[in-house]
Amino acid sequence: MLQTHEISPEEIENDALYRDMGLNDEEYQMVKTILQRRPNYTETGIFSVMWSEHCSYKSSKPLLKKFPTKAPHVLQGPGEGAGIIDIGDQQAVVFKVESHNHPSAVEPYQGAATGVGGIIRDVFSMGARPIALLNSLRFGPLTSERTKYLFTGVVDGIAGYGNCVGVPTVGGEVQFDDCYQENPLVNAMCVGLIDHEDIQKGVATGIGNTVIYAGAPTGRDGIHGATFASDDLAEDSLKDRPAVQVGDPFMEKLLIEACLEVIQSDAVVGMQDMGAAGLTSSASEMASKAGTGLEMDLDYVPQREQNMSAYELMLSESQERMLLVVKKGREQEIIEVFQKYGLQAVAVGKVIKEKAFRIFQHAKLMADIPVDALAEEAPVYHLPAKEPTYFQTFQQMEATVPTVSDHAQTLKQLLQQPTIASKEWVYKQYDSMVQTNTVVAPGSDAAVVRIKGTDKALAMTTDCNSRYIYLDPETGGKIAVAEAARNIVCSGAKPLGLTDGLNFGNPTNPEVFWQMEKSVEGMAAACDELATPVVSGNVSLYNQSGGKAVFPTPVVGMVGLHASLAHITPSFFQHAGDAIYVIGETDCAFGGSELQLLLYGKYEGKAPYIDLQVEKKRQDQLLAAIQEGTVTSAHDVAEGGLAVALAESLFSNQKLGATVELNGDPTTMLFSETQSRFIVTVQEEQKESFENVVEDAIEIGKVTSDEMLQISINGEKLVFESVSLLQAQWKGAIPCMLKTEA
Amino acid sequence: MKFAVVTFPGSNCDKDMYEAVKNILKADADLLWYEHANLENYDAILLPGGFSYGDYLRTGAIAATSKVMQQVKQHAAQGKPVLGVCNGFQILTESGLLPGALLRNKKLSFMCHQETLTVENSQTIFTTAYTKGETIQLPIAHGEGNYYCDEITLQELTENQQIVFTYQNNPNGSVANIAGIVNKQGNVLGMMPHPERAVEQLLGSADGLRLFQSLIHNWRETYVANA
Amino acid sequence: MKKVMVHITLKAGVLDPQGKAIQRSLHALGYTEVEEARVGKMIELQMEEGPQLETRITEMCDKLLANPVIENYQFTIEEDVRS
Repeated sequence: MLQTHEISPEEIENDALYRDMGLNDEEYQMVKTILQRRPNYTETGIFSVMWSEHCSYKSSKPLLKKFPTKAPHVLQGPGEGAGIIDIGDQQAVVFKVESHNHPSAVEPYQGAATGVGGIIRDVFSMGARPIALLNSLRFGPLTSERTKYLFTGVVDGIAGYGNCVGVPTVGGEVQFDDCYQENPLVNAMCVGLIDHEDIQKGVATGIGNTVIYAGAPTGRDGIHGATFASDDLAEDSLKDRPAVQVGDPFMEKLLIEACLEVIQSDAVVGMQDMGAAGLTSSASEMASKAGTGLEMDLDYVPQREQNMSAYELMLSESQERMLLVVKKGREQEIIEVFQKYGLQAVAVGKVIKEKAFRIFQHAKLMADIPVDALAEEAPVYHLPAKEPTYFQTFQQMEATVPTVSDHAQTLKQLLQQPTIASKEWVYKQYDSMVQTNTVVAPGSDAAVVRIKGTDKALAMTTDCNSRYIYLDPETGGKIAVAEAARNIVCSGAKPLGLTDGLNFGNPTNPEVFWQMEKSVEGMAAACDELATPVVSGNVSLYNQSGGKAVFPTPVVGMVGLHASLAHITPSFFQHAGDAIYVIGETDCAFGGSELQLLLYGKYEGKAPYIDLQVEKKRQDQLLAAIQEGTVTSAHDVAEGGLAVALAESLFSNQKLGATVELNGDPTTMLFSETQSRFIVTVQEEQKESFENVVEDAIEIGKVTSDEMLQISINGEKLVFESVSLLQAQWKGAIPCMLKTEA
Repeated sequence: MKFAVVTFPGSNCDKDMYEAVKNILKADADLLWYEHANLENYDAILLPGGFSYGDYLRTGAIAATSKVMQQVKQHAAQGKPVLGVCNGFQILTESGLLPGALLRNKKLSFMCHQETLTVENSQTIFTTAYTKGETIQLPIAHGEGNYYCDEITLQELTENQQIVFTYQNNPNGSVANIAGIVNKQGNVLGMMPHPERAVEQLLGSADGLRLFQSLIHNWRETYVANA
Repeated sequence: MKKVMVHITLKAGVLDPQGKAIQRSLHALGYTEVEEARVGKMIELQMEEGPQLETRITEMCDKLLANPVIENYQFTIEEDVRS
């Protein structure tokens, strides 16, 4: 039973109850100034969610401004549900990455599942059909039982939701490190395809137009500030309240089809999904962006539970809900489309001229707030940054080559490190083929999804080596963007732009803020140089516990375009007899390397050096060579260095081998993580034209048919291993650690 | 020959099926929403994969009770072809058009990859373009594709040559490695692997094409040639 | 008002991998006395009192709630205390 007593505005101020809801003293005073009175309980809740970092980006906004976001081909930059990039023929690609870290740490299956659901809604709320999903996951060491529980639960959740909604999961990456033990990171990315004419925006335009609520009814899921709201709830209802939202992918599938059907009607003027802060953020943002106001009567909002208060209805994060603005008088035709799919759709309010956000319940005005106060006028903080002492210590360390006695053995160990080992156990659980467009499925540098009815395809990848970013955020930030672009180029596509999923610790810690600032600056520099603007993104802060933050992990989700299907290039060797080239010289770069982790169990020293101009030149030249048809395979050199990259290039069951000769320090040549390198194969008769285009290509060997990987250094045969044996170890490592069958 | 692809709430391979038939095989096809669908004027009915009704209760169980399945039953009784793929197969067993049931995969998890299948019966209207004993590559993508039936049913299936496709490396625990079966009359085929995902070499395999080609060819033989 | 509890279980001969996994986990936790675990479903129906209540519930089970090929069912009828 609901108790009739609601906490009064006076109590909220006098007992400083706003603090428990997430507002600080200064922010509370700002609210009072804006309203020119004390906010009531519902209003305090609305301000606290809208001014939360998640909705307002109050501490990251000054950093986000550093990203280049504009280019002639960018149709929609950050600020809407997702970014949009033109791909010609009146078509565009829509994409965004979003984190669901905290919910996944509490309940991995539902946390990950609802993360996938949320990002899909962001994309189809723009009017686009979701065509692909990717993810980027971070966990503690796979030896820990908690990690196994989280890892298997998250993968299960992504599979459970993605498979059911019928959007293929085509790519992703997983990294395991100590710093994620308590704080796993779960970032999901969705890519959609749209015709220019169908682009929708989340705007509430047209005074008098009707606000329609569609989808699942509202329950008490994931309400912010649950710790505080004990006074107006009876004990038993609190106990019943779920800690995390539960997703219903079946409902989402129907919602996708219904929403994509209604946008074909000119009756719809705006559409937005209800994500974080639910009804509050979707409604107020739509009004704020349109320069209008909005009035809603909560009595009409479909409700799953009884006696829900205005506070609960406004702040609920129940899943699979959308808000639409529809031309007045045409509500019925829209409602009927939702009904065809068995979904509820009801008019809950209207667009008003006065720029106010007004909420009624039981004929009482429950909230009356100027709309711009919630979105536009949210506070912005310029937090102090301080260079941590570890950084200078690392910078002053001499670059040294670790001691390795048995190089073949070390290669085998590296191939079984969970971060390098095959992720087949993960991606086999995802439907990667539904929609019948997946040309390159998970397991390659970038996934490739063709566009039906054209000769084009999209390449997509997620990347972020957070070890380098921890050692040196600026350099590491550059590398994250460069590596994503490398993956796209290897697949034969031109990088178009990216979405960023910024995961950091507590920003009020000046050393964490310094990591944020530097990594963003590094990423921004790489975006400029590589002509890949940031079109959307997400910020997740406070990923820390016990005073220990995760490594700064700004995940890069990048999309590229294949101008022709003929350019699609595999990352595996294709024919015996092809010449193997490495593009780029190798030097001593072991800071943050997989070898450093393997041998010393920690990361230290300088991050690998990167010259963005060299990076750009090599990417451009490799892409040109691919487009001229001289390249049979291309793979970037990443964790584990050249030896691991060579081995990976052979893991495609094509019964091939490779014989390679290198000169230099053996450990460096094999395992150094020097940046801006690629392994490329070229047919004998194409060598000359390839070398004419790619300046820094060095021929190092040949693809063979003997199914052996043979690497000699300075004339000495250091690696001579059966490919199938190496592949079995690489493939079996993760299932073995999880103790399941391979 | 005109195909109907029936979309249930939660179907997600309906467009793939429709596009395979319409755009790749250049056949006449319509995509029909299950409610108010009229199947009278169609020559073959295709029940696509997906998660009809969210796979709630049992896979295919709720769709099997829908009105449109009454029409599918009538259509099947007239000897006209019905193909159920993945969730479509589950709907066919749940509605009693095919014997047995589909259980959770033995290893419990969903699995998606190419499988090698053996064509066990190349005499059905769906498989005349294949040769008996031939191996083909088709993708699977399911969490509940573990075909189950009791021993008597299995014996019947074997005796009547109702087992059409088997897995070479049984991925899900199916009885007798069964990947696809037909009814006694041979006009209703249910299979877990996805032929509609294997109609273009660009996507990894075109071995599914011949299934649809067989169907079209045999329909012409029966209805056009005799007309 | 009646509360009907329908219990659905897999038939004896049908492999239950989920049950097997549960049994293995229980053994790993030291509960080695568990000889078998079988996973079923429980469906709760709130129903109006009416003639042929049991017949109608049986019909529901046969038509939808259980699949006779693989499942058995049984049900109990109680007074619904909430009404």
